[in-house]
Order: sequence, then structure tokens, then C-alpha cells
Amino acid sequence: MDNERKLTIARAMAEATAQEMRIDPRVFVMGEDIADLGGVFGNTRGLAEEFGKERVRDTPISETGFIGAAVGAAQDGMRPVVELMFVDFFGVCFDAIYNLMAKNTYFSGGKFNVPMVLMTSTGGGYSDAGQHSQCLYGSFAHLPGMKVVSPSNAYDAKGLMTAAIRDPNPVIYMYHKGLQGMGWLGTEKGAIVHVPEEPYEVEIGKARIAREGRDVTIVSIAQGVHHGLKAARILQDQGISAEVVDLRSLVPLDRDTIRASVAKTGRLIVVDEDYHSFGVSGEIIATVTETNLADLKAPPRRIAYPDVPIPFARVMEQYCLPNADKIVAAARELCGAVIPA
Amino acid sequence: MTPSRNTLGWMYEKMVASRHFEELIEKIYMEGKTPVFNMANGPIPGEMHLSNGQEPVAVGVCAHLTPDDIVTATHRPHHQAIAKGVDLKKMAAEIFGKATGLSGGRGGHMHIFDAEVNFACSGIIAQGMGPAAGAALSRKLQGKPGVAVSFIGEGAANQGAFHETLNLAAVWKLPMIVVVEDNAWGISVAKEASTAIQCNADRAAAYGIPGHYIPGNDPLKIYEVAGEAIARARRGEGPTLIEVETYRLAGHFMGDAEGYRPDGEKDALFAKDPIPNLRRLLVSDHGFTEAELDEIEDKARAEIEEAIAFARQSPDPKPEDALTAVFA
Ligand SMILES: Cc1ncc(C[n+]2csc(CCOP(=O)(O)OP(=O)(O)O)c2C)c(N)n1
Ligand SMILES: [Mg+2]
Repeated sequence: MDNERKLTIARAMAEATAQEMRIDPRVFVMGEDIADLGGVFGNTRGLAEEFGKERVRDTPISETGFIGAAVGAAQDGMRPVVELMFVDFFGVCFDAIYNLMAKNTYFSGGKFNVPMVLMTSTGGGYSDAGQHSQCLYGSFAHLPGMKVVSPSNAYDAKGLMTAAIRDPNPVIYMYHKGLQGMGWLGTEKGAIVHVPEEPYEVEIGKARIAREGRDVTIVSIAQGVHHGLKAARILQDQGISAEVVDLRSLVPLDRDTIRASVAKTGRLIVVDEDYHSFGVSGEIIATVTETNLADLKAPPRRIAYPDVPIPFARVMEQYCLPNADKIVAAARELCGAVIPA
Repeated sequence: MTPSRNTLGWMYEKMVASRHFEELIEKIYMEGKTPVFNMANGPIPGEMHLSNGQEPVAVGVCAHLTPDDIVTATHRPHHQAIAKGVDLKKMAAEIFGKATGLSGGRGGHMHIFDAEVNFACSGIIAQGMGPAAGAALSRKLQGKPGVAVSFIGEGAANQGAFHETLNLAAVWKLPMIVVVEDNAWGISVAKEASTAIQCNADRAAAYGIPGHYIPGNDPLKIYEVAGEAIARARRGEGPTLIEVETYRLAGHFMGDAEGYRPDGEKDALFAKDPIPNLRRLLVSDHGFTEAELDEIEDKARAEIEEAIAFARQSPDPKPEDALTAVFA
């Protein structure tokens, strides 16, 4: 419907946060350049104007300090939403994240809750080199005690943010720069979708079938979903029907949806913009092979970022990144397709 | 400590070279990015942090360094690299992502590495400080001469690495100088909004080392204070913290609308542009002729233009080279 309201992921995130701030005085936001600037990636735009700088706080460049502070505030009854500008910066503050935020509920035997959201940008493709382009999905999902979500479109972005803020647990909210709808990072039109005005939740831990198909299952998250959808459209013209699963959450992982799809198609391709080894793609494949090996008609495949730091030069970075063509080639091999002349 | 006439000429030349480099990069960066500004496009993609206005810090400090001394720089490294003597052609080519670049295109503008002159960068705030301390320690352990200078922004002084490394350098009396380029802004956040004290140099007291604040973006004053600090480090008397007031004449990065700046700030900064200021001073107080300075400028510009032309003409890397150089 043309007259439906469409939002970018950036605006959907800001809207969800604003709506929660209106009804819940415990919610506050902090991070670098998130107040007047509205976030480098636009996801806190308008919040400082509406809620003032007590509740929307620019921080010094002190991630270990302010993320640790969010943990303490959350344990003391607040609902902090904090931003780590680029996920690559986790190196300077990971202790606050995985030793405190992720473990204090457990260590306290459930006496302390840590209801906070850590928003962080992911992804490359625009030549920002190896300290500003990583996804690190697997690094975060690997560690117990924190939920991990990443939307592929604005509808999910709003619903996941609302759910994340309301969740009594820490949630890592990873948003892909290429999907933010900031023109200067390019715009993936498929991420800009209808978003209802009223607050709603998208359940954390629930995947979504982004496209139905019969012959091969393409599992991915965030930007990879759009590569998968593009590949599916190309494959359709070649007589291959691809199903695309948008995980939306990595923790908890919706293993049932993955298994059910592979049970139907018998073939699995995992698309992961994070590094190839020891990560999400291996976990998805294990999810199927551990319990449902007999469903597979062919060995599973992964289209992931090779195990190298992300290079600056465009030709090198593009060579490494997952894309629709790589998925199409893998799907054709899996389906034993004959290449038409 | 007053610079010799030769050094003054060198400082002016490098400031002009650095500014001209940034002006050309700025222009070329915008190629392919209009009317729609998309960072991924054009001959120089990605983020671009220019150093226009901050040249005095780089030349005032690096005038005292040899290629053997160590410099670690930041996400805004061009002026420091030029003053340290990083190979201009290879640096330009790296910024263009070419095969002939310092790192074959793997690093780009935030990761300028030139082993020939001991220059390295990190785009992660304050993270150049640890390696600078380590290099200083290495010289001490090996009994080799040399000092390490870590350049950071004023925003970096609120990062843990700043405090940890200063303590380390002080307790081990390392031959290290930390130079804070105070351009008043960390992206959109003003220094006074993020920093509990007015002057980061005062933080030196917490580590029992000398701290100096240099106002006015003045290359000669910077030369003097840095010279003393570096000489002290070379004598084995330990580290110094220097904070320099400087001006960011550019946005934080290319594409920054700079809406956070108060009205008139940019004009006021341009009125204090350090390059014409130094030129006037060299004529009035140091006996340089206009013709002489024109010649220096021409030489500086020509060298930069040659480097940029080299970068433009150089071939792209092979895509599959992305997979090489991960391990030694
Ligand atoms: C650990 C870390 N946090 C945040 C950033 C994002 N960032 C890049 S530049 C910058 C501002 C730095 O300010 P300052 O140190 O004053 O240097 P300037 O940009 O003014 O040269 C920030 C926050 C980063 N690169 N690394
Ligand atoms: Mg600064």
C-alpha cells in the first residue's frame, strides 16, 4: 500500500526508544554523539529534544566506564539503552559487556537483573577498513548471558527495540550500517518498510520466513537477508525455489524454524557477513546436522567473510563480502543445476 | 629553544605540504560523491578525517625526531605522517587503496604504516598509546637510542588507555612523549562537555610527570616545549605529557554538516589559520623573503601533486590479495 507509513531502521529504532521513554521513566539513553547529533547512524535522532540531556546523555569517549555504568544503573532499577558506536570498539570495553553485563544475573543467583540494551553498529562494504567494518555476530552470540538481535528491516527494528528495552535481560542490539537508511552509507530499499505507529514487540528468539521456497534454504541475518532475497529472485528465474530465513535473533536462536525449513528443502546455505570460522555459520549448520542429518540432500554450504581482517581497498573488500552472486552459485551447485547456455 | 633558519623553512614547507595534501584529498574524495553523498563511492571511499589547521602540532614535534624515532598516530594522521617523513607517494596510494600503497591497500587512510620511519596508526581512540610505550620500552631494554611520540586527540584523554599508559610510562621512566591535539571537539561533543578538567596537561600531576599546555596553535612554541620534552626523554629522564591548543578547520570527517559548532566559530578559526600566520612571522622576524617562501611553497606543492598523481595512476590491488599478509 503506497500510503502506508514507511520508516528507515534508524527512525524505527528512535521511535521505539522514544515510545518506551514516554511510558517508562526508568529508560534513559547514553553513548557518544547520541544527544544533539542524534547518533552518528541516526538511531537516537529527536530523543534529546524531547527528553532532555538528563535522560539522553552524550558520554566522553570512555566505553568501559559508561557501559559498566549502564550495568550498575540497570542493577539499580533503571533501563539504560547504551550505544557502542561501532561494534569494532568492543575491544576497549568487553569486560563490562561479557564479565559484568552478561554474568551478573547468574552470579547473583538471579537477585540482580541487568535490563539494558547495548546498541551497536555492524558491517562494512563502504571501505571503512578493518577497525570499522566488522560484524562480530559470533563473538557476541558465543558468550552466555546476553541476548543478541539484529534486524533486517524497519518493522523488525522497531519491534525488536521495544522488546529489548522491556526485556529483563541484557540485549545486544546490532544494527547494520548498510541498512540504516542513512544515504551516506548507501540505502538498502528493502529495509525501509511499513512501521505501525503504535508500540509493538517482535519476539526475541523468533526467526521469520522472509520468502518461502522448496529447493534450498538460505539462512541469514541483517544485510545477509537482503543478499539472500536477491539471490532467491535470481534463482527463481533459473527454476530454483529458495526459502529465505531471517533469523532476527542469534540468542536465543530459533533452531526449530531452521530445522523445519531444511526438512522441507533438504539443502542449506548460511550467509554470514561475520568471519567464516568458529562463528554463526558453523552453529547453524550444527543445528541441522546434529539432529536432522537425514534431511540433507547435499552437504551444507556457507557464504561467509573469509578469515582475514577487513581490507580497505574496494576491490579487496568486495571480493571478500558475501553477495547474491555467491549465493546463487552455491545454490546452483547444491541443486545440481545445469548452467543454461 | 629557537629553531634554526633551516628548521623554520622545513616547518613551513611541511605545513604547506600537509595542507595542500588535504586540499587535494578533499577535492578528490568528493569525486563520484555528488549529487548523492555515499561514502562507498569515488576514487577514495570510506571515512576521511582531514587535519587542516592542525599542522603546527605535527611539525613542532616532528622537527625534533629522526626516522629512527617512533610515532603512533590516530584516525586523523596525515599531518603527522607528512611531518614524520612517511613516503608521500606510497601514503597517497594507500589512501586511494592502490597496490602501490604502503600496505597494498589493506589499511587505507586510518591505517598508515611506514616501517621505514617507524610510523603507525590506529583508528581506535587512544590505542596508539600502548604501542608507543612498548616501543619506548623496547629501546630502553635494547639500550638503543630513540623516543616514542604518541599523538592523540583531546577526546582520547578520557579513554582508559590514556591513563593506564601514562602511569606505565611514568613508573618505568620510558622515553615517551604524549601529545594531545586539543581541537576542542570529539566529533560533536565539546571538550568541556566530556572532560572533567579544563586542561589535560594537568593530568600529568597524577602520574608525577611534567605536563605542559600550549595555547595558540603556535608552531614555534610547540617546537620549544616539545624539544625540551624530547631532549629530557633522550636523557633517560622519563615521559612528558603535552597538550596543544589547535584548530580543526575541517569537519570531523568528510560529510560532517558541523551543525554542533556555535555560529561564527569556523570563521574565527579560519582568521587564525596558522599557515599565513607563520608566513608573516617568517618574513617579519626571521628574515625570510617573500620570494624564498614562494619557492618553498612551490616545492611543497609540487611534491604533493606528484604523490597524488602517482596514487591516481597506480593499479588497483588484485582482489584475492585480500587473503594474503594475514600472517608473517
Ligand atoms: C574507542 C573508540 N571509541 C569511539 C570511536 C569513534 N570516534 C572516532 S573519532 C572520535 C572523536 C575523537 O576525538 P578526539 O580524540 O578529540 O580526536 P579528533 O577527532 O578531534 O582529532 C570518536 C568518538 C573510536 N574510533 N574509538
Ligand atoms: Mg578533538
